[in-house]
Amino acid sequence: MLGDGILKGLAETAKNFAGSFVSKERMTTVEYPEERLPLPEASRNFPFLVYDGDDWEKGLRCVACQICEKECPPKCIYIEKSKDKKPDYVGKPQIYPAKFDIDISVCMSCQICVEVCPFEAIKMNTEFELATDDRFGGLLLDRKELARSNEYYHQIHPTEASEVDARLAEEKSKVEAKARAAAQAAAAKAAATPTTAIPSTPLPGKPAANVDARPASTAKTAEDNKNAETRATNEGEPKA
Amino acid sequence: MIERLDQVFVILKHWLLGYLPQSWQTPVGVVISVVCIIGLYPALFAVTTVLERKGVARIQNRLGPNRVGPYGILQPMADGIKSLTKEDIVPTSADGVVHFLAPIILVVTVFMGFAVLPMGRNMVLVDMDAGLLFYFAMGASTELSVFMAGWSSRNKYSLLGAMRAVAQMISYEVALLLSSVVIVMMTGSLSLVKIVEAQNHYSYGLPHWFIFTPWGLAGFIMYAIAGTAETNRSPFDLPEGESELVAGYHTEYSGFKFALFFLGEYVAMFSISGLGSTLFLGGWMAPLAALQFIPSWIWFFGKLFVSMAVFIWVRGTLPRLRQDQLMNFAWKFVLPMCLLNLFVAGLWRFMGDGWLRWVVCSAILILAYVSIGREGMRRKHFGPRSYRYAE
Amino acid sequence: MSSSGIKTERLAGWNRPPVIESDGEGELLEVAMGPHHPSTHGVFRMDVVLDGERVIKLKPVFGYLHRNHEQLGQSQSYLANMPYTDRLDYFCSLTNNWAYALAVEKLAGQEVPERAEYLRVILAELTRVQNHASTIGFLLQEMGASGTPLMYAFREREKILDLFESLTGSRMMCNYMRFGGCRVDASPAWLDATRKVVDGLPAFIDEFERFLMTNEILIARCQGIGVLRPDLAVNAGISGPMLRASGVNYDIRKVDHYGIYDRFKFRVPLGDHGDIYDRYMVRMLEMRESISILKQALKELPTGPVMDPKAKIRNFRPKPGEVYGRIEAPKGELGFYLISDGSPNPYRYRIRPPSFINLTVLEDMCLGSNVADVVLIFGSVDIVLGEVDR
Repeated sequence: MLGDGILKGLAETAKNFAGSFVSKERMTTVEYPEERLPLPEASRNFPFLVYDGDDWEKGLRCVACQICEKECPPKCIYIEKSKDKKPDYVGKPQIYPAKFDIDISVCMSCQICVEVCPFEAIKMNTEFELATDDRFGGLLLDRKELARSNEYYHQIHPTEASEVDARLAEEKSKVEAKARAAAQAAAAKAAATPTTAIPSTPLPGKPAANVDARPASTAKTAEDNKNAETRATNEGEPKA
Repeated sequence: MIERLDQVFVILKHWLLGYLPQSWQTPVGVVISVVCIIGLYPALFAVTTVLERKGVARIQNRLGPNRVGPYGILQPMADGIKSLTKEDIVPTSADGVVHFLAPIILVVTVFMGFAVLPMGRNMVLVDMDAGLLFYFAMGASTELSVFMAGWSSRNKYSLLGAMRAVAQMISYEVALLLSSVVIVMMTGSLSLVKIVEAQNHYSYGLPHWFIFTPWGLAGFIMYAIAGTAETNRSPFDLPEGESELVAGYHTEYSGFKFALFFLGEYVAMFSISGLGSTLFLGGWMAPLAALQFIPSWIWFFGKLFVSMAVFIWVRGTLPRLRQDQLMNFAWKFVLPMCLLNLFVAGLWRFMGDGWLRWVVCSAILILAYVSIGREGMRRKHFGPRSYRYAE
Repeated sequence: MSSSGIKTERLAGWNRPPVIESDGEGELLEVAMGPHHPSTHGVFRMDVVLDGERVIKLKPVFGYLHRNHEQLGQSQSYLANMPYTDRLDYFCSLTNNWAYALAVEKLAGQEVPERAEYLRVILAELTRVQNHASTIGFLLQEMGASGTPLMYAFREREKILDLFESLTGSRMMCNYMRFGGCRVDASPAWLDATRKVVDGLPAFIDEFERFLMTNEILIARCQGIGVLRPDLAVNAGISGPMLRASGVNYDIRKVDHYGIYDRFKFRVPLGDHGDIYDRYMVRMLEMRESISILKQALKELPTGPVMDPKAKIRNFRPKPGEVYGRIEAPKGELGFYLISDGSPNPYRYRIRPPSFINLTVLEDMCLGSNVADVVLIFGSVDIVLGEVDR
């Protein structure tokens, strides 16, 4: 009969009208900014640099390897290496970025920098209320603005952060185990050659009981470099 | 007490007039009523714009405007201030006088229609013997202003839009008139007050509204369709469609003049709903005899409100008809049904009281509706289709 | 067309549109339905010549959104191109990713683990559902239903986008497929959420169909308008739902057997008339088929890795060669043609965009119809300007 399709359509809208007062499904508006929807854990917006501990300069994980700068598709990262070194999370002296700028008006949130970073130093932030009225430099974030603590990382991406922490702890324990083995080998070698009266205790100034990776042997640093290289070229692992 | 509540505005007016000398009373009385109408309907228009936006929003599962004032009630104030403070752009090649007069003529003629609508018991501004005729004369004048708007803009797109709008309004004017002529035929009078009086009795507690007769129901449906088309409301709003090529006859208007066009459209909607409820729904009558204690003007405005709600509901649901389909519909469906309705109404009168006339009249109307509907769809192979899947 | 004195003459060969001459009375109106228009899906211009209300000539003009995608592709590494493919057809970023990943995997001869293949199918079918729902919503919006069906379609689309966000990190620019698999694995919680959304979809499609199938106004405006003949469609290289609505049985999922589509039972709906109504109903039925594929895939999803362990992320240099990889994107056949010369950047990177190719027959479909129909016909082609202009 002519007109019944129209009547069915009218019934449909009446149902939606009535439903919008009673059911959440039919009234989907979230009144921002008074109400906000929680973001899912995996959501990503712009990158940030992770630092361990309290001091952002000392704890910054980034070693200015410039891999993210090379892989970034729109080339929005600008890194300048420092002249001196500072110790990283295993204690080994590494260079750090003197300048690390990301232009977030160019960044397209593709997350490739996170995927290729071998040092778990750059991760994705979820903040999106970044509007500014400074047209020229307002969206160019330098390393101070980009640095966030590991606790903050745990807050926004809990499972990811726990996995990263587990990986780093594993690496650290491996490095420590190697250091311990090397120290034992050096001590054994020193004990095996009685002519050389070089004390087997470590050099003065370094705590003896603390078996962190601060030995004097250069063979250790060569091995450490190799470890860093294998980590840098480790392409097979999907990083979450 | 109920009497007094029902007649409270009349009593108020007479009390005010009592303070004036005799010779002044009639003109001042008229002026008071006119001022009331001119003050009331734009206020209703303001409320309706908010209700429309919120109603359509709720249909679409979202909230409407709710930032300006509690629940968005003060939104029309914001809209009014916006339209008043906008720059009034008049194209240099436009015909200045006609361009200026078009919205004014629209608003004036639309308000004139209210002069004969009875808004409550004893609450009509002018009780003309040819009230219905006067109303339709004023309604037809609105088409003049639409064409003036399109012509004066010197813009071929607005002219196209205006011509489409006028063609649509003229076709549906015929349908509107014919569906009202049935009422005139049955009551024998053109005066709207007498038409309401003709419906003003109850049997078994149910009212004698004309819509409760077969010819009245068909007439009401035709009137509703034609009324929607007259005021360029969805689904007949191609002349002012936003996603079509031409933006309509009011393209070149900005600021307050545009707001006047908008006002004119909504007040025309009120006016047509008012007339529709007077003709078919009993005007200011209560729907049940038991409810007569509620004042008559409340019933009139209640029916107006319900009609607006239906307008908004239909707007939120149906897509637009194309122009030629619109005209086809008017001349090939609505007009024949209206003519048939006249015949059926006459048959009703001459068959005398009883159940037989109900059956015969309903049967004729339903048969006609079904056959015209089916014929129209079949000729173009329209209809739901079934689909096959690849093997 | 002959009723108003306009003569038509069909020239030989499909590639010249028929010449319609006006009988000289009244002047022709030349209109640019310009880049700023509420119902051209993006910045797109149509130069239309009208005789009264009928269209005599129509020339689509685009390029307003050209962003140099192919040139950029040739100056960056293969991985860096992946986020740019998201932005081609920005409604369906996951299928774009898959097409590119497929092409590169063919080029480099990489294998994809099973779980990754299932995840790819699940995400592609979810993308298809939300794309078709949005397209139908936009059709009704252009017809003047003041946005109501559009809001219903977007309500469902939001659910699917929330799923994308919790898996890939972003609602629209997903950047999820990699050469050799997918970037991250889907957790059981995500799979449960997906199952819930998929279970709620048939009710929504029923609601939508009630709007569409029997609404007389819609039928009057869509049936018989914008007819595309099957032979013209095949000659012009049309693909996707537009082709199937004209009655040609060609679905790349069935023809190429890419991915693991052979393992799923699904049907390919075909239309008979090739008008706007058929195109929309074909899309509606395809949504239902997608839901059945989704249910099967979610049931059979195996465990395992989601990335080929031998795949390299950095310094990826495929062997020299050329490849053309294509998939059935929601809009048609999306293909990537790559030539590699052994360096980290592609030597030639060319995209076969379905929207662009489907637009070439716009004039043939619109000739002789009303101006009001041009907007509807244009909407039924279902284009996205990001793909047309790249």
